[in-house]
Amino acid sequence: MRKEGKSMPIKQISVFLENKCGRLADVTGAISANGIDIRAFSIADTTDFGILRLIVNRPDDAFKVLREGGFTVSMTEVIAVRIPDRPGGLAGVLELMQEAGVNIEYMYAFSAKISKDALAVFRVENSEVAERLIAEKGIRALSGEEVYSL
Amino acid sequence: MELSLIWNEKYECMPQSELKALQIERLRETVSRVFYDAPFYRRAFQERGMGPDDVKSLDDLSRLPFTTKNDLRDNYPYGLFTVPLSEVVRVHASSGTTGKPVVGGYTRHDLEVWAEVMARSLTCCGATKNSVIHVAYGYGLFTGGLGAHCGAERIGASVIPASGGHTKRQIMIMKDFGSTILACTPSYAMHLALVMEEMGLSKSDLKLQGGLFGAEPWSQNMRSQLEDRLGIMALDVYGLTEIIGPGVAVECPEKQGLHVWEDHFLFEVIDPETGEQLPPGSYGELVVTSLTKQAMPLIRYRTRDITTIMAEACPCGRTHRRIGRFVGRTDDMLVIRGVNVFPSQIEEVLLRIAHTEPQYQIIVERRGQLDELEVQVEVSGQFFSDEVRRLETLERQIRREIEDVLNISVRIKLVEPKTIERSEGKAKRVIDRRQL
Repeated sequence: MRKEGKSMPIKQISVFLENKCGRLADVTGAISANGIDIRAFSIADTTDFGILRLIVNRPDDAFKVLREGGFTVSMTEVIAVRIPDRPGGLAGVLELMQEAGVNIEYMYAFSAKISKDALAVFRVENSEVAERLIAEKGIRALSGEEVYSL
Repeated sequence: MELSLIWNEKYECMPQSELKALQIERLRETVSRVFYDAPFYRRAFQERGMGPDDVKSLDDLSRLPFTTKNDLRDNYPYGLFTVPLSEVVRVHASSGTTGKPVVGGYTRHDLEVWAEVMARSLTCCGATKNSVIHVAYGYGLFTGGLGAHCGAERIGASVIPASGGHTKRQIMIMKDFGSTILACTPSYAMHLALVMEEMGLSKSDLKLQGGLFGAEPWSQNMRSQLEDRLGIMALDVYGLTEIIGPGVAVECPEKQGLHVWEDHFLFEVIDPETGEQLPPGSYGELVVTSLTKQAMPLIRYRTRDITTIMAEACPCGRTHRRIGRFVGRTDDMLVIRGVNVFPSQIEEVLLRIAHTEPQYQIIVERRGQLDELEVQVEVSGQFFSDEVRRLETLERQIRREIEDVLNISVRIKLVEPKTIERSEGKAKRVIDRRQL
């Protein structure tokens, strides 16, 4: 059985990208050249620019590599939770989060080989508080190590 | 409150009436010198039916011909010298952005005058013979390095001729040598401050007290930042190679405008379109006439820098009249939908929002009959957020504040770092794509 206790929030790397040809490939190229694996990612875009958000196996290294590569990078904490892979799975989780009073800035989903469950990354105001609140509702967030080693 | 020292009280505090008498005497000498020794000026005077004896009072100044940067280019390199080369002991030049450089020649006497006005300027920011003056202006053809150097030596201070580059080493030297006054461009001072912070040093690790910054325009916001980060009093010094180099005008500790050293430089502010002299308080182009220069005196040189005359007396005790901080250049000034726009106005807004020196570029285009203004701002450091909402809020804030200042609509585009072209030292701020 898994030990109860604080799970570390996950480090997400965000990169500012202009809507220009080849910029996304520049980022992924810089990361892969350093042997860093991408676990999950999403892009938010507007007319002029985009923000690439990445979960990787070595976030500190990725941050350093990208910053040295001249990109505008930031590191933020997010939480990841399992979503039962059935109709209404996500709705159930979102309802519980709403009951817990957790305000979601944005989210994105990804899948992994470990289980039949889907995984979703949530960016909330305060990851630690959010984790505790949703834990009380019976949702367990994955730890950084669990996600990095997927 | 600390009493500010004055280098040369006799001249710096001379009553305006005496100063005016000195100016007319020196102007007559200068006019006579250029008339007899510079063919370019003799022709220009004769075309106006004027001779050297027609200048009797300072009011006659407005009848004299202007000198422009083009005239300097046409007479490159030595055409405007009024002494033989045997009398010239030094030549400086400024990198012209287009074509040939602008040349300035000096006799031994000219170098004395230059050291004098730079000594006065450095004294304004607290320099004494006990100071350790770190000169990080480039040494060479550029007038910054040697100008500050000679002024500092004249004071009797200990001069560190650091020149430009090798920033970390410069910081080590400032720390180890106990530099108290820093002389460089404001942007380099900012770079020094940032690198210092990266090295884990704070202002308390240095002994800096004053900074004399010039050779490029900078804002009040940048001044507060430099003063705060370096723990100094930061003053603006103005000058140009054509006239003498840095030391034509300088701020005193009051920081309300720059005193022009009127015993050596006669100045006017004119309407750049009509050439008419403007009264105090009106903004226009600064025009400078040499009063004591021997090697290459210039008559009514159009600086293209935009400022205003401040006629009221300064509490510091210096009687020389002041000009306001520069708001731009006639060649930087954009007229967009009939509104005069200076890059410095946009820079002020960005500094206020970003709290750090922003990299930006202004792009003007004409769509149909309408001019469109776009400001590209590099996103870095505190500017960036992983939330789209915050970046969009930032865009909106920049847009609103610029529109408040300019009264015309503007488009803001956030761009990646290092996308805005940087040339050596000075970034290209304006791209005008209108086919006017």
